[in-house]
Amino acid sequence: MKLYDYVLSPSCYKVRLMAALSGVKLEIRPVDFHPGAEHRGPELMALNPEGSIPILEDGDLILTESSAMLGYLAARAAPAWLGSGAPEETARIQQWLSFSHRLTANLGGARLHEMLLRPGDIGALQANGIAALRELEASLFEQKMRGNRFLASDLPTIADIACFPYVALAPDGGVSLDPYPTIRLWSRALRSLDNFIEMPGIHRLHELKPEPRPMPGRGVR
Amino acid sequence: MIDDAMRDEWYPVGLFSRLDRDGRETTLMGGPIKVALDANGAAKVTGENGRVLPVSVRYGHIWSSLGEPKKPVFPIPEADQPGRRFVDVGVVRVRCSPLRAVENFLDIAHFPFVHTDILGSEPHTEVENYKVEIREEEDEVWATQVKFYQPQAAKSASGGITTEYMYRVPAPTCSVLYKTCPPRPGEWDVIALFVQPLAEDLCDVWPWMALFDDETPLTDLIHFQQTIFLQDRSILENQIPRLLPLDPGMEIPTRADLTSVAYRRWLKRHNYTYGAQLVAQ
Repeated sequence: MKLYDYVLSPSCYKVRLMAALSGVKLEIRPVDFHPGAEHRGPELMALNPEGSIPILEDGDLILTESSAMLGYLAARAAPAWLGSGAPEETARIQQWLSFSHRLTANLGGARLHEMLLRPGDIGALQANGIAALRELEASLFEQKMRGNRFLASDLPTIADIACFPYVALAPDGGVSLDPYPTIRLWSRALRSLDNFIEMPGIHRLHELKPEPRPMPGRGVR
Repeated sequence: MIDDAMRDEWYPVGLFSRLDRDGRETTLMGGPIKVALDANGAAKVTGENGRVLPVSVRYGHIWSSLGEPKKPVFPIPEADQPGRRFVDVGVVRVRCSPLRAVENFLDIAHFPFVHTDILGSEPHTEVENYKVEIREEEDEVWATQVKFYQPQAAKSASGGITTEYMYRVPAPTCSVLYKTCPPRPGEWDVIALFVQPLAEDLCDVWPWMALFDDETPLTDLIHFQQTIFLQDRSILENQIPRLLPLDPGMEIPTRADLTSVAYRRWLKRHNYTYGAQLVAQ
């Protein structure tokens, strides 16, 4: 499976993260998104007329929507990430997969504006991003009251992976996560999953790193 | 008008390779400027009321100044060395003082914690003694004999090595680092940070590299450097106070901070204070 990838793109990171969590090995094809704008060049436009990345290629299958890629990776290698199939859970997963586009547009748009100087109405992007975060915070809190740590159930699903990156990177776009304790707990729960991987701006949990050992040749105090 | 010696210095204002006739509108030290190609294909920078500003094209970037630079853009002799690949990494905006961006670049101690498993790792956190000086003739800050254990020092490195570094600050918002070059022992890879001050607490950072590496695809080199810099960005945006303190009031430097101490002293000596906090608060 070949992923056309940009290391700083949260949408590309969704796919890398899902692949890592489900044990799928990706062939990474780096795309010079910035400063080269390679995603608007002829080779990639032929694959994806939308001119966006990520693009996932597996034989004849070419996917250009990250939510579809998450569904495909899970179906191939880790079906538990698709949920139990219970009607309400299935509906929640679909609800959050669709919701994730708002995060991409608003928090992602603010991040591109603040970080890579892309045009946009930064006030509106941030305000809409905050509205989305408040909705997410309230929903995660309700889930917690139901005994569920994640968006659709007590187990993580592709819905969590679809929403997590743009939320975690909101501060890159000048939107603070300080007011949202439940979002922060949810982020911790995701970051403590086995085989979790990082991207710039999303750090691993320090306490989950291996315990530092004394330097060779030095006594422990 | 800015009453600061930094007004007469050169600053990066754009990538030459990406410039066209339409140009780009940007900001230099609070004032709007326009950077574009003229009819002859030469770079042109204009300030407020169409004032024509000084222009120089060096190291892949267009440089300009609001004042009157007394010297050409500082030399990087390695930029003329055959066999090197020059990498325009592209701009990243950071909500921090331009001086803070440079200071962070000079720091080694944060490698294991911010660039974990790339430029540093626990428990290899010790910064060994190194030498720092202000070279009077060149009027630059230099740190030499800096050594650090790195799991993946460069895109071209496989496995951990002890990397040797040299740092120099040739201009108030620019730093050039020299580091062990894995494929070519005896030479140094050059990584520069050129910082465009937009305001005292806002900057555009233009990393640039001159490497001996014939194998790694260009995009991989760009992604490697962007990864490193974006790990720094979130730290930089959260530093308090936002301006770089030049008065040693609230901070206690350690031995590992010698380069930063010399940098601040050098800034103070030259009245380079745009983005600095003069009195501890």
